[in-house]
Amino acid sequence: MNQPKINLSPAVSDEIRQTTCYMCACRCGINVHIKGGEVSYIEGNRDHPVNKGVLCAKGSAGIMQHNAPSRLRAPLKRTGPRGSGEFTEISWEEALTLATEWLKPIRDTAPERLAFFTGRDQSQSFTSWWAQAYGTPNYAAHGGFCSVNMAAAGIYTMGGAFWEFGQPDWDRTKLFMIFGVAEDHDSNPIKIGLGKLKKRGAKVIGVNPIRSGYNAVADDWVGITPGTDGLFILALVHELLKAGKIDLDYLARWTNAPVLIDCDPKSPRHGLLLRDGDGKDLVIDSKTGKPAPFDQKGVRPDLGGKHRTKGVTHVTVFQRMAERYLLPEYGPEAVAEQTGIPAARIRRIAAELADVAFNQAIEIKQEWTDFRGETHKTMTGRPVSFHAMRGISAHSNGFQTARALHMLQILLGSVETPGGFRFKPPYPKPATAHPKPHCKVTPGKPLDGPHLGYPQGPDDLCLTPDGQPARIDKAFTWENPMSAHGLMHMVISNAHAGDPYKIDTLFLYMANMAWNSSMNTRGVIDMLTDTDANGDYVIPRIIYSDAYSSEMVAYADLILPDTTYLERHDCISLLDRPICEAEAAADAIRWPVVEPDRDVRGFQSVLCDLGHRLRLPGFVAEDGSAKFKDYADYMVNHQRRPGVGPLIGWRGTDGQSTGRGEVNPDQLDRYIENGGFAVAHIPQAAQFYKPWNKAYQDWAVQIGLYDAPQPYLFQLYAEPLRRFQLAAEGQGSRQPPEHLRERIKATLDPLPIWYPPFEDGHSDPVEYPVHALTQRPMAMYHSWGSQNAWLRQIHGHNPLYVPTDIWEANAFTEGDWAEVTSPHGTITVPVALMAALNPSTVWTWNAIGKRKGAWALDDAAPEATRGFLLNHLIHELLPPKGDGLRWTNSDPVTGQAAWFDLRVKIRKVPAPTESHPVLPPIKSPVGKGSARKIPEVKK
Amino acid sequence: MTSLPTHTEKKLGLVIDLDICVGCHACVTACKGWNDQGYGAPLSDQKPYGDEPEGTFLNRVHSFEITPENGPAQIVHFPKSCLHCDDAPCVTVCPTGASYKRSEDGIVLVNEDACIGCGLCAWACPYGAREMDQAAGIMKKCTLCVDRIYNENLPEADREPACVRTCPTGARAFGDLADPTSAVSKSVADRGGFDLMPELGTKPVNQYLFPRIKDFEGDLDVLSPLLDIQPEATGISGWLDKLLGKL
Amino acid sequence: MNPAPSVILFTVLSGAGFGLLGFLGLGVISPTGLIAFSYFTLAFAMAVGGLLASTLHLGNPRNALKAFSQWQTSWLSREAWLAVLTLAVMGLYAIGAIFFGKHLSVLGILGADLSFLTVFATSMIYAQLKTVPRWNQWLTPLLFLSFSLSAATMLTAQNGLAVAPLAVTGVLLILHWLSGDKRFSASGSTIETATGLGGIGKVRLLAPPHTGSNYLMKEMIYVVGRKHALRLRWITLALAVVLPALILLLAPASVLTTALAFILHLIGAFAARWLFFAEAEHVVGLYYGKR
Ligand SMILES: Nc1nc2c(c(=O)[nH]1)N[C@H]1C(S)=C(S)[C@@H](COP(=O)(O)OP(=O)(O)OC[C@H]3O[C@@H](n4cnc5c(=O)[nH]c(N)nc54)[C@H](O)[C@@H]3O)O[C@H]1N2
Ligand SMILES: Nc1nc2c(c(=O)[nH]1)N[C@H]1C(S)=C(S)[C@@H](COP(=O)(O)OP(=O)(O)OC[C@H]3O[C@@H](n4cnc5c(=O)[nH]c(N)nc54)[C@H](O)[C@@H]3O)O[C@H]1N2
Ligand code: SF4
Ligand code: SF4
Ligand code: SF4
Ligand code: SF4
Ligand code: SF4
Ligand SMILES: [Mo]
Repeated sequence: MNQPKINLSPAVSDEIRQTTCYMCACRCGINVHIKGGEVSYIEGNRDHPVNKGVLCAKGSAGIMQHNAPSRLRAPLKRTGPRGSGEFTEISWEEALTLATEWLKPIRDTAPERLAFFTGRDQSQSFTSWWAQAYGTPNYAAHGGFCSVNMAAAGIYTMGGAFWEFGQPDWDRTKLFMIFGVAEDHDSNPIKIGLGKLKKRGAKVIGVNPIRSGYNAVADDWVGITPGTDGLFILALVHELLKAGKIDLDYLARWTNAPVLIDCDPKSPRHGLLLRDGDGKDLVIDSKTGKPAPFDQKGVRPDLGGKHRTKGVTHVTVFQRMAERYLLPEYGPEAVAEQTGIPAARIRRIAAELADVAFNQAIEIKQEWTDFRGETHKTMTGRPVSFHAMRGISAHSNGFQTARALHMLQILLGSVETPGGFRFKPPYPKPATAHPKPHCKVTPGKPLDGPHLGYPQGPDDLCLTPDGQPARIDKAFTWENPMSAHGLMHMVISNAHAGDPYKIDTLFLYMANMAWNSSMNTRGVIDMLTDTDANGDYVIPRIIYSDAYSSEMVAYADLILPDTTYLERHDCISLLDRPICEAEAAADAIRWPVVEPDRDVRGFQSVLCDLGHRLRLPGFVAEDGSAKFKDYADYMVNHQRRPGVGPLIGWRGTDGQSTGRGEVNPDQLDRYIENGGFAVAHIPQAAQFYKPWNKAYQDWAVQIGLYDAPQPYLFQLYAEPLRRFQLAAEGQGSRQPPEHLRERIKATLDPLPIWYPPFEDGHSDPVEYPVHALTQRPMAMYHSWGSQNAWLRQIHGHNPLYVPTDIWEANAFTEGDWAEVTSPHGTITVPVALMAALNPSTVWTWNAIGKRKGAWALDDAAPEATRGFLLNHLIHELLPPKGDGLRWTNSDPVTGQAAWFDLRVKIRKVPAPTESHPVLPPIKSPVGKGSARKIPEVKK
Repeated sequence: MTSLPTHTEKKLGLVIDLDICVGCHACVTACKGWNDQGYGAPLSDQKPYGDEPEGTFLNRVHSFEITPENGPAQIVHFPKSCLHCDDAPCVTVCPTGASYKRSEDGIVLVNEDACIGCGLCAWACPYGAREMDQAAGIMKKCTLCVDRIYNENLPEADREPACVRTCPTGARAFGDLADPTSAVSKSVADRGGFDLMPELGTKPVNQYLFPRIKDFEGDLDVLSPLLDIQPEATGISGWLDKLLGKL
Repeated sequence: MNPAPSVILFTVLSGAGFGLLGFLGLGVISPTGLIAFSYFTLAFAMAVGGLLASTLHLGNPRNALKAFSQWQTSWLSREAWLAVLTLAVMGLYAIGAIFFGKHLSVLGILGADLSFLTVFATSMIYAQLKTVPRWNQWLTPLLFLSFSLSAATMLTAQNGLAVAPLAVTGVLLILHWLSGDKRFSASGSTIETATGLGGIGKVRLLAPPHTGSNYLMKEMIYVVGRKHALRLRWITLALAVVLPALILLLAPASVLTTALAFILHLIGAFAARWLFFAEAEHVVGLYYGKR
């Protein structure tokens, strides 16, 4: 045997630099291997709290994103017409001078004429602070079209949502139900968690019209009809209530189920909660039979309490819930047909939930003290947990559906208990602890407060004195009063229509609004290029920051090119969307592990510079110089409240404090030494029952999450919703417009309800019988992935997957194409068969289709010739109905874009040469990529 | 060296749990990333930004749909790389000796210095585990990360294949399948690990674990004992009384 | 399998070339001088040309010499040895015949044996592959050999006689097709055994691993339409067997008729070899939902 001798221990790299991935918003820790000064290999950081060493397909392919030929190279000024892609490269000085010239006069006269929207922004606490200092009310990130239903429903109901706010107790849960998730933001933690469950033999139930990915590994698959999850959940609630399989003790102690409702129909407070003189919710103490404030020491709230005064009997929230959800219309038989789930199946799932929650309860020997001062010897766990994402939230009934799901969790006593769902710091944090929205504009001055927040009632709406929307996206108006994340999907169409007013400059960051993040893509492109009678653009100026040659770049007048994620400072802060785990608070940074080889700058650093040039308060030092040299400087030196800054780690002059502490000039070095992140562990006694747990509340104050303990009850009954309903019923001085009254009454119910997705009432379900969905591919991130030489081989084009019945009815065969029509438009696309699919659903991968010329790809790239977007079929307005109004295609509560309400019809057509619609190519300002960088051969 | 060793001390290989794999392709790009700058020639891509991008990958994830007699169709994501067969036909066909199976651990490798790029080994492999790199003209295949698993420049914990290290769900495990006490051997024994295309007699070292039974529709009735407090029978208030009576 | 021109040229030409060398070695005809020169030139040109064509198939021909190292296990290596030995032995034999008018029959017979062994070894490169059931049968070497013999017989102008090997080739071709058609199912490999998932139910590919193509798909998965293949089989039979046989039987014997018959046969042989590859399904196709 003369087996060759090989070197089993080759040198791996010169150096490892640890930073944070940004191939998506999961923000895993990465080890970037550097060889000869260049990135040679990227792997997961084993010590990182998010990913614990693993990386997804995108993360491992980061090197190809970093080296992509589509990277912008220098600031660009448009020279041809919008959409042509004709630009000239300019210097940063020129670019920033131009931007200042555009923005300064507006600020001094009418700051609202700047609309600053930042798509997939991970620095919202910074960009919003900038926008606030500028003084425009028109700021939001992408949450409104993404998943605000999820966030808002969670925060209004329990002070935190699924998504980035919490996670199942992966180590203890025995039954896990996952609704409408393909990938989610928490992609690696969910995968790590699923792996743990499966290895322990815990059961996973997937509720999704499509059985791929997580649903493929689920032990049980519920192939629900889109838009009907609320019904299914309420049927589970019905069954559990009926059988008494609910956690009464939990409901009585920790939720507003025992709180009394004002039942006097003549009262202006009808339907609001009864309060004592201090504003405390009232319950009946079962020991005395008398009303008492909910948090009184020793009080035992009575779920069935009644309070009779002045001839009116006030009953509890729980009583109202029973009255509603025990109705036969919520029974399994009643919902079976609509949901596509047989009644027996629903019963079985209800039984399984009950079985695991109550017969397989777990107990942790851990003493803890609640906010009423009572000490408990143990922590009881209900090891059922849930997770949900856009499958329930991206519908026009998504807010209420998400509320229903939270209600189900709470009824089972499985929130913040071992084995159930756990919050991640800074959550739990009730809606009342969040800011309210602010919109008061004063020329030349900052806005009166943060733009976004959680309205508690009509008084908090963003309306001008004459009742008109104050914001360009009409967030926080009667159309969608609780639009906590704004409505980015309405900005361009409202600005184009001059409704509610015209704007001057549209300033976008990291949002491909001319393509995959817009509904009605073609229409949006037309709005961006539309001119008025004078030949001027209807949206006069567009500034955009992107790092790559995306579709949107071609539609901007001034491009501020960003770096790649390996070339800049970034701050993943507890002030906005941190990377915490249920056991710990954590935050992280990015830092330039390699220097850019192009004339590009980190966008946040550019904002620091612009802020100084515009003399925005907070951005100018006392001597008139720039307050922050760059973003890194801001990350270290900015303080929101005394001692509280963007980063929690190594604060204090000695670097020994966590959470609160003075500025530490060496803070970033400490982060880098520690792998780019900081972790603050939650004490053992504070691990569960966080909203009510004294130890947690004290810890949260100590590290600066809040300034005083703020225990609260879960809001099964959401009073803010009722306040809007009351207004619609005619109470109060702020009144909704007539045409919205009925809708508000029907949809802003303080107890979770279900109503059919709006599109069903606007498009004819007989004419358009098929639901059309998209899913995120795990190996692609929206439009970014296609510039990645490895990832685009995995998903270079996307078929429309069609269920067996529709396949056979159309006599489709492999390689066929179909014409897919919605009330709004038609596309022609390749089809593929999939049996593991809800029989009335078709779907495709999201954002694979590309515009010719974008992303430095060949015009004949499969993404452009076979790939397609469903967005052409989805309109930001619903089809017109008899009322002559165009309702927005959004949730009536939050304004969340209802992407998944889409209905279509489908028919076989002869294969065209390309998928339709075919849009003309745009010119890429960076040309086309050819070869990829090949690393040196290591011997 | 084209003959196979009669015996290998160890049988290093992967165990892939089809019950857990979510088809995320993480192992695909982690493998590409490591091997692009590791053992031998980089894994090239042709027309990386062009109309037909295509390149060399040592590990790919297929998706299959299975329709049972009764019950809904299922999807299984199916990663596949070299199985490091005991009776590796790819080795015996090789005219140059470039393909060989290591006698110490059973890893099947290509000695790139000897390979003529004839492609015969790829023809002989039933599993599609070998890909000829179109730029180098050399046969590439999974090395079981032989340059990681013994690599003294890596921390102990990292001496495992790149694909295993990165797999977010933990669906991939690496170990010695000749050692019945190893974790991989045990999982194979417990879960009934199986060979791919056993009829071809290649005796793969890598094993696959079968997906657990899905969509089980047995009886479970924990709701009925309480149904004596049926609200229909007693009205809401009667139901409430009975229910709260339990407290 | 991808019907790459290089391998088709290689197997057809070298098959014919070594066949002719074999016949020359056996002394079926014993030309000398210029005539011998032209015979040997033709034989060597075909054999060497085929071998050279085969190197076009190599990704890294720089290492080609290493291909001789594995004769103990590898049919390709054996083929390389046998080919070179044959060429060497028959080279000497040819020198004898051309320049000295001498036929060293010991060398000739040795060379002839080597020639046919070479053709056999070539065929075994394919026939050994369990992964390609259509090839993995004893008819494959027989077919290769009979093609080789047919070419040789025609070229050595054994007019009437040549019809016999042609007929055998025709029969073998048909048998190889017919039994080949059943080989895949008979091999027992299915998408269920490939995935091991048959226990759950009927398996089909939902999505290939990459939307883009790859080496394996291009090399191993080649789909010819059934109808198309059937038509080609008829054409192949006509060109490779029937027409040459008719010409040889009916036309007056001459260099021209032989040449015509041989050229038709050769075209037929190329078609046959094209089909041999194009129709062959590799089991890896199961993983790509092809079959
Ligand atoms: N049909 C359909 N459409 C959808 C959805 C759906 O489910 N179905 N989902 C919607 C949802 S939830 C979302 S969030 C949106 C997402 O859609 P988008 O917000 O458009 O997201 P991306 O495509 O990720 O890219 C935004 C832009 O950021 C740029 N970018 C990437 N990295 C950087 C960087 O480092 N710096 C800067 N400055 N720019 C960078 C990219 O080049 C790209 O142009 O899509 C929405 N669209
Ligand atoms: N790899 C990758 N990860 C990403 C992204 C990405 O582009 N790529 N994008 C990030 C972003 S911006 C977001 S918002 C998140 C979104 O994360 P997900 O919520 O996982 O997003 P989607 O892919 O839109 O998945 C929606 C799922 O809901 C299902 N669904 C649709 N309608 C219904 C319904 O009515 N009921 C039920 N039960 N299910 C339904 C769909 O089949 C699909 O599986 O992912 C983030 N993570
Ligand atoms: S999930 Fe993937 S892309 Fe997202 S941050 Fe983590 S490794 Fe990066
Ligand atoms: S899987 Fe294929 S390449 Fe790997 S050892 Fe087995 S036959 Fe050889
Ligand atoms: S391609 Fe290389 S490794 Fe494969 S059989 Fe040919 S020489 Fe051997
Ligand atoms: S073991 Fe290494 S070479 Fe083999 S598939 Fe995994 S990462 Fe790739
Ligand atoms: S990384 Fe793991 S879960 Fe993902 S495809 Fe590979 S084996 Fe499956
Ligand atoms: Mo999103």
